[in-house]
Amino acid sequence: MSKLDSKVPSGPMSEKWTNHKFSSKLVNPANRRKYEILVVGTGLAGASAAASLAEMGYKVKAFCTHDSARRAHSIAAQGGINAAKNYQNDGDSVHRLFYDTVKGGDFRSREANVHRLAEVSVQIIDQCVAQGVPFARDYGGTLGNRSFGGAQVSRTFYARGQTGQQLLLGAYSALMRQVEKGNVELLTRREMLELVKIDGKARGLIVRNLVTGELEKYSGDAVILATGGYGNVFYLSTNAKNSNATAIWRAHKQGAYFANPCYTQIHPTCIPVSGDYQSKLTLMSESLRNDGRVWVPKDKDDKRDPVEIPEAERDYYLERIYPSFGNLVPRDVASRQAKYRVDEKRGVGPTDTAVYLDFKDAINRLGKDAIKEKYGNLFQMYEKIAGEDPYSRPMRIYPAVHYTMGGLWVDYNLMSTIPGLHVLGEANFSDHGANRLGASALMQGLADGYFVIPATLGNYLNSYKLSEVTTEHSEFEKAYNTVKNRVDTILNVKGKRTVDSFHRELGLIMWENVGMSRNRKDLEKAMSEIQKLRQDFWKDVRVPGKATEKNQELEKAMRLADFLELGELMAKDAFMREESCGGHFREEHQREGEAKRNDEEFSHVAAFEWKSEKDRIFWEKHKEELSFEIVKPSTRSYK
Amino acid sequence: MNLKLKVWKQEGPDTKGYFKNLEAKEVSPDMSFLEMLDVVNQDLIKKGDEPIAFDHDCREGICGSCSMVVNGDPHGPEKAVTVCQLHMRKFKDGDSLVIEPWRAKAFPIVKDLITDRSAFDRIIQAGGYISVNTGNAPEANSIPVPKVKADAAFQDATCIGCGACVAACKNASAMLFTAAKISHLEALPQGKVESQTRVLNMIGQMDKEKFGACTNTGACSAVCPKEISLKTIAKANSLFRKAAIQKS
Repeated sequence: MSKLDSKVPSGPMSEKWTNHKFSSKLVNPANRRKYEILVVGTGLAGASAAASLAEMGYKVKAFCTHDSARRAHSIAAQGGINAAKNYQNDGDSVHRLFYDTVKGGDFRSREANVHRLAEVSVQIIDQCVAQGVPFARDYGGTLGNRSFGGAQVSRTFYARGQTGQQLLLGAYSALMRQVEKGNVELLTRREMLELVKIDGKARGLIVRNLVTGELEKYSGDAVILATGGYGNVFYLSTNAKNSNATAIWRAHKQGAYFANPCYTQIHPTCIPVSGDYQSKLTLMSESLRNDGRVWVPKDKDDKRDPVEIPEAERDYYLERIYPSFGNLVPRDVASRQAKYRVDEKRGVGPTDTAVYLDFKDAINRLGKDAIKEKYGNLFQMYEKIAGEDPYSRPMRIYPAVHYTMGGLWVDYNLMSTIPGLHVLGEANFSDHGANRLGASALMQGLADGYFVIPATLGNYLNSYKLSEVTTEHSEFEKAYNTVKNRVDTILNVKGKRTVDSFHRELGLIMWENVGMSRNRKDLEKAMSEIQKLRQDFWKDVRVPGKATEKNQELEKAMRLADFLELGELMAKDAFMREESCGGHFREEHQREGEAKRNDEEFSHVAAFEWKSEKDRIFWEKHKEELSFEIVKPSTRSYK
Repeated sequence: MNLKLKVWKQEGPDTKGYFKNLEAKEVSPDMSFLEMLDVVNQDLIKKGDEPIAFDHDCREGICGSCSMVVNGDPHGPEKAVTVCQLHMRKFKDGDSLVIEPWRAKAFPIVKDLITDRSAFDRIIQAGGYISVNTGNAPEANSIPVPKVKADAAFQDATCIGCGACVAACKNASAMLFTAAKISHLEALPQGKVESQTRVLNMIGQMDKEKFGACTNTGACSAVCPKEISLKTIAKANSLFRKAAIQKS
């Protein structure tokens, strides 16, 4: 076990980022065009990074699996983006956003990163408005805000329930402008299947062309991964169907440490599963908890239609248990409480695994039109999926996998343990600790892409002596052959079971044992079941079609092969972390149903190094100790 | 319920396509349309056949990936939804469904129901943005935007770039897509600076991509899952004329 150097600059917290930018080496504008930067992923983090670096003069190649950069999963983010503007004059500040985020993450994030995030949050809003992002506004023409969980101020900027879409289209338009100028080469329908390292540094990619099946080689001076999270390891999640961990997992197997894999966010308000054909789950934005009230019947045998249950017989349990934050407690807390209600047999709906989210009072107070204006698209989405009108009866909701706080370990410069490999957005681990607050993912993605990487990349390029590299280098051939063999092996299994059947099985193992509530016994079971399933997969998977064509089953199979390894690591990390913190809840470590941390032993980032010998895979754990200069760890209370 | 499907199969842009007859059995009314296809695909794979290829991703109606014509309607019979949000409760036992890709010269078929919509990206590339580098932005509240304008900009900005408008148009025109972006940016003070070059370049690019001309039938807006208004086209046309005259 070794200690990791986070490279957090010295000096007072509020001056670290400013000082760091000044002391970092720069690349002069004329020299930037000599550097080629490979950016994988075009969501908020990737598109903003690719556009910003190209504007500075770097030569950029951007890759995405979709047919267009605009379709990355950031597009589906609903509720909003936080920024410490204090436009509502309600006592917000950079310090408060920083404080709320560190506390919200249950004291498992790196303070200096979080402070930087809070600092640049204000610039993000300026940038987006200048790009034409149509945020909600008040009648005077200024920007509007709403509240999100874990905060007692209104600092969330939003565009109805489609904030992610509007922010991504902003970043996408900036990216397309650079494509037009010839500064970015955009390569769509390309999937990264291997990282190429030369002299220990990240210098290239092997990418599969998803239309022709051809494996392509690209070289560069630095690689940036902005490929999102790994929630789809659970099969059912709110992630888009094609979201996957392959890019970060290939990098992990090349030496990038994977940090806090067990930190998963289970979002409290999603539309419940309706049948075993279910392909994914749909989120109902946290912003709904501004106006919606969560409840279950007081009596577990009360099977009446919800609109017939009188006030006095409803248990608004979040308001009861957490009077100061009420329905706006953080996600991990709200999810756990929903699970407890279902465990107490007070769940509602056809399968008794849901709770109500009720807008009756808000509609009476504000009128149907006001609610429609705020949440129109969400209500429509609910109506389409659930087949019920949420204006006249409460929504049925239940927690679902939504976000992964863990990811590749990065230092303060967002560089992984592989020199030259930078990781941005949800794909890294850095800012949210053990639980992410609502409306902070968009903030982090754009902070990393617009403001952090443009300031830190130059230092890397200028500090390391990078030799000239082309795709003729033998390492490219080696990586190419590795990928080709993997593709051929998977196609040649020619077994009986479909990719989806394996994926569903993995998802079930994960949800039941590595989900909202975890314990030693179940985690041990999960690890052995996943190992077994992985063996079965390589013996019995059936992938139809050829390598040299558009082959969606092959794409899925390659991604699942990686999930089958990552799932084991998640269970292992959850097993080793003998405490409860944020979204990681170990039943053995609780205080009246609330997470009980163990700061003495676990105030660290667990970063795993991939190891393998013959057929056996294992990991070596490394630690980055967390120190808290400003926000002293305490028991998180929202009561 | 049980359904009869006629699904378009085509190996690539230059090969000949055909309809394949398939059956969807024991379909639950709570399934989404794409989940129904998932189940059909699982059966095909188990039988040693090739599954139907179709684009999809978020399955929440926002990414714009899914794109298929169901019984002649882009995204199917229901108004204001994408096909991923269409649920089987809209159909009844014994129904026959004809499922086809978007058909337009500017959207060549990649495979089965998947088309190449990169022409849309090139239209945006031609001017669908405000030229502001990262770091250049003034304080967000320094330019007030009337709420009505901001709301109108938002409405037009909700376009998901799916291409249903093109698929519905008898001329395969991309006018609604192009006009939505022009109209979104035109509504905001920040977007007015490049108004003229934007409209000329984007419409110019649309023509280059071999989309047809707009004859204002309104089929585009009628099938648009985000209900983008025909008014955007009127606005884009008027801006285009002004800009063209001033340029000449």
